[in-house]
Amino acid sequence: MRKFRQADWDEPLIFELSREGRIGFSTPSIEPGVRDPIGEVEDHIPANMIRENPPKLPELSEIEVLRHYLHLSQMNYGVNSGLIYPLGSCTMKYNPIINEVIASHPKITEIHPDQDESTVQGILEIMHQLKDWLLTVTGMDEGSFEPAAGAHGEYLGNLLIRAYFKEIGEIEKRSEIIIPDSAHGTNPASAAMAGFKVVEIPSKEDGCLDLEALKSVVGDHTAGLMLTNPNTLGIFESEISSITEIVHKAGGLTYYDGANMNAILGKCRPGDMGFDIVHLNLHKTFSTPHGGGGPGACFVGVKSFLSDFLPVPIIEEKDGEYRLNYERPKAIGKIKGYYGNISPILKAYTYTLSLGGSGLKESSEVAVLNSNYVAKKIKSIRGFSLPYSPDKPRKHEAVLSAKKMMDETGVRALNISKKLLDFGIHAPTVYFPLIVPEALMIEPTESESLERLEELISAFKTISSLAYSKPDEVLDAPKNTSVSRLDEVRASHPKTMCLSWRSYCSILKQQT
Amino acid sequence: MNKSHPYLPNSVPEIKDKMMDELEIKSIDDLYSDIPEELIFKGTLDIPGPYTEEEVKTLVFSQLQKNSDFKCAPFLGGGVWPHYVPSVVDEVIHRAEFLTSYTPYQPEISQGMLQAAFEYQSLICELVGMEVSCASLYDWSTALGEAARMANRLTQRDILIVPYLISPQRLAVLRAYAEPAGLKVVQADYDKSSGLMELEDLKEKVNENTAAVYIENPSYLGFIEERVESIAEIAHDANALFIVGVNPISLGILKAPGDYDADIVIGEGQPLGNHMNYGGPLLGIFACRNDPKMIRQIPGRIIGMTQTLDGSKKGFSMVLQTREQHIRREKATSNICSNEALCALAGAVYLSLLGPNGLRDLCRVIVNRAHYAMRRVNELISVRAPLFRSFHFNEFTVGFEGVEVEDINKSLLNKGIHGGKILKRDFPELGEAALYCVTESHKKKDIDLLISSLKKILEAEE
Repeated sequence: MRKFRQADWDEPLIFELSREGRIGFSTPSIEPGVRDPIGEVEDHIPANMIRENPPKLPELSEIEVLRHYLHLSQMNYGVNSGLIYPLGSCTMKYNPIINEVIASHPKITEIHPDQDESTVQGILEIMHQLKDWLLTVTGMDEGSFEPAAGAHGEYLGNLLIRAYFKEIGEIEKRSEIIIPDSAHGTNPASAAMAGFKVVEIPSKEDGCLDLEALKSVVGDHTAGLMLTNPNTLGIFESEISSITEIVHKAGGLTYYDGANMNAILGKCRPGDMGFDIVHLNLHKTFSTPHGGGGPGACFVGVKSFLSDFLPVPIIEEKDGEYRLNYERPKAIGKIKGYYGNISPILKAYTYTLSLGGSGLKESSEVAVLNSNYVAKKIKSIRGFSLPYSPDKPRKHEAVLSAKKMMDETGVRALNISKKLLDFGIHAPTVYFPLIVPEALMIEPTESESLERLEELISAFKTISSLAYSKPDEVLDAPKNTSVSRLDEVRASHPKTMCLSWRSYCSILKQQT
Repeated sequence: MNKSHPYLPNSVPEIKDKMMDELEIKSIDDLYSDIPEELIFKGTLDIPGPYTEEEVKTLVFSQLQKNSDFKCAPFLGGGVWPHYVPSVVDEVIHRAEFLTSYTPYQPEISQGMLQAAFEYQSLICELVGMEVSCASLYDWSTALGEAARMANRLTQRDILIVPYLISPQRLAVLRAYAEPAGLKVVQADYDKSSGLMELEDLKEKVNENTAAVYIENPSYLGFIEERVESIAEIAHDANALFIVGVNPISLGILKAPGDYDADIVIGEGQPLGNHMNYGGPLLGIFACRNDPKMIRQIPGRIIGMTQTLDGSKKGFSMVLQTREQHIRREKATSNICSNEALCALAGAVYLSLLGPNGLRDLCRVIVNRAHYAMRRVNELISVRAPLFRSFHFNEFTVGFEGVEVEDINKSLLNKGIHGGKILKRDFPELGEAALYCVTESHKKKDIDLLISSLKKILEAEE
C-alpha cells in the first residue's frame, strides 16, 4: 500500500495568530465629496445602537490569513485531490474543473436575484433548459430548483403532499408517511417536520421493501410513501410498480428520493415507476462539489396534477423569453429565498452538456459496473460478506458487512474505515443503513479507474490480513492522518464541550 | 459513444470487457436484469451533447452573455447585497481539498474543514455577541423558519410575532416552516412615520401563547430598529424568546444583538465574502445563548473542539449529533443534512481578512455613501428618500410622486443602471416606491450617475 501521510501543520486557531493593528483587507476610502456633506457617520446612527464593544475578530495580514486557510486545506481530503472517495450514498464523483471556471464568470457571480427579468435572460434560459432535461431524466412534468439540498427537497415534497390533501379535503385523515427502515435519516425527519406521523416498515430478507408489510400499514390515513430506488443497499426494488400501485390505491402519493439516481440515468425513470414527486441531488448525480458539507443543490420534479402546488416562482418560456411566474394561487409559498442554489445549478448544467444524454447513460452504466466489481472482490475477502441477496446485482453502491471480522478478530467497521484513511483512501459510509450489522457502504462512482478500484480492493485485503494477524495495527488506526482518533465523547460532554473561541477562552480562564 | 469520455476512465472498451469477464456477464445490461422489462427506458435521453470542454465553454459563456451589463453595481439589496469579495476568499474556497470534500464524517482526515467551521462559528459568535453558533443553515429565511420552530419547542407556545415590515420572502418561508408545526405568525404594526415597531400594538399582541418576538435589524426597508431594549423587555416579560435577524456586515458599527438581550440571532451571511450568484447559494446564520436547553434544540451541524483519545493534541469533530436526523430520525431538531459549509468558510476567511477595524471602516464607507445617496435623491423634485423618519444603515426607501416607479426603473435600465427593488406589489401602502441599496461597491461617481440619470428621466416625464 501507499505510504500516505496527510499534512499536519499543528495549526493554531486564527484568533491565536492575531496581532493588534494588522489587517488583510484594503478598505475603500470615502471620497471627500461624500464625506463632507454627511459628516460623522456615528451621527447617523441612534446613540443606543452604536457598537461600543467591537467584535473580537482576529487581526492578520493577507498572507497570514491565506496561509492559515491553505494549511487547513492541506489537512482536508477532497475527491479531486484525494485518491478514491467511496463514501456510499454520497456519489463522490469527479467535480469537473470546467464547471468551476464557468461558475466563476462575473455574468453569474455578480447577478442580483431581484434584477429585472429582461437582464437575466441568460441564466433563466440555462435554468429552463436544465429543468427540461431533468424532467426528461426523471419522467416528470414540472419542476422547481428552489430547495437548497436533498433534505430540503424532501421537505418540499412533503409540503406538496400536504397541499394536495388540503385541496381535496383529506388532510385531517391522511396523517401518515410510510418510510422503509433502510431509509436515510432525512426522510423521516422531513416528513415529521411537515407535520406527518412516520410509519416505518421493515425490509424483507432480500433487502427489498416488504409488500405485505406495506399492505398492512396503508389505508385512508396514508398520505404517502418515501422511497429510494435503487434502495440504500444498492438493490433495485423490482416490485416497484406494485409498491406505487398499492400506495396509490390507498389514496396516497409516492415520493422518490433521488439520492441513488446515479445508478439509473437513461436506464429507467422514477416517473415510469409510478412516483408522483421526485428529488435529485445535483451535488451527487450531477457532479457539483459538496464543499465540505454544502452547498448542495436540488431539483424537485412532479407529475402535472401537483404542479400548481410547486413553490413560487416557476420558470417559464414564451416566444424565446424567459420569466418567473409568481401568479400561482395554489402554490405552497416559498421554502427558501429566491430561486435555489444557482451556482451549483449552473455547474450541473455544464456537466450535463459535457456528457449529453448518451454520456449520462454511460456514466450510470460504468458506475454500476464499478460497484459490482468492487462488491464481488471484497465480499470474497476473509471477514467480509454481502448481506441481503449476495448474488443479486448491485447498482451504484453495495453495502458490505464486517460482522464476521468483528466476531473473529474484534476489528469493527469503524476500525476498517480508519485504517483505510491511513492508506490515503477515504472511508466508505459506515453503520448505515442500520439494517446491516457493521455496515460498510461503498459507492465507487464512475469516476474511478480500474487501477484505483484495485487499490481499494488491495486495501481491504491488507486490512483483512492484518485483522487476522496483527489486529492492533488496525485498531490503532489512523496514524497517517493529521490527527489520530479523536475523543468524540469529550467533544459532546456538557462539562468539556467547547463550541467557540469564546467558550475556549473561558475554559482556559477557569483552568488558570 | 464510441470513444472513451474524459470523465469515465473505465469507458475504454477493453477495460469494460475485462471487468465484465470478472463479473461473468456479457453486457452491462446484465447488471440491470432485475429491472422489469416494462420499466426499462427504451428511448434515448433527449439531451444535447456530449460536447468537448471547449465547446461547452463557448456555449455556456455565450448564454451567460445574455445577462445584462450595467454601468455600476445594481442598487439592489433586500436579502442579497453587492459587496466586493477579496481574492483570497475565492482562492481558499476553490482549493480542491475543501471544495470537493463531503461532510466531515471522518474527522481525522477532515481536520481542515472542521477547524475552519469551528472558526466560522467562533467569528459569528464574536460578531453577533452570542456563545454558540451552528455550522450554517441554507439562508436567512430558512434560519427564521428554524428559529421559530426552535422557539416553539423551547416554550411549548405556538405564536410568533414578527414585524409588519418584514421581508415578504422571509415571511413566506417562515409560514412554510411554521404552518405544519401548528405555529401561527402574527404581525406587529409599525409606526407610520418612523417604520419602527409599534410598541403598544406589540404589548397587546404578546401574551402567554407567544413563543417569540422577532425583529430584523437593519429592517427590510433599511431603517434601524432602535427600540430594541423595550422590545426585548416586552418579549422577556411574557417569557417569550427574542429573535433578531441581521445583515452581519452592519455589526461592524451597529450594536450586537447579544448586547441587547437577544436569545437567538439569525441572518444572511452572503455579504461576508460570498458572491451574489443570482441568489444562491446563500449562508444562513444561526446563533444562540450558552444555555444547555437551547443548545440541545439548535438545528443543524455544530463543530466542537476536543482532543485526541491519547490526549496529546487538540482536534475538532461534529458534536451533539444526537440532535440530528441521521441519529434521531423523525425526532431530530431539523431535517437539515447538507448545509452551506463552503459559504461559511468564505465567511470565516472574509471576517479574518477584515478584522474589527476593516469591518468598522467598511461600515463607515457604506453608511456614508448611503446617506450621500439619500441626500442627493432628495435634491430631486417629487422624489423623497427615505420614506421613514428613522436612522438608516445602507438601504432606504425612495418614493416617487406623479410617476410610476416601473417606468423609472425601465428608463434607468435603458441608461445602463439597475434601480432599486420595486415595493408596490408587497407594500402597496407605500405608493410608488422602491428599496435602494448602497454599499462600498457603489462609488461616488455611480451615485452621481444614478442621480443625474434620475433627473433626466424625471424631466422627460414632465
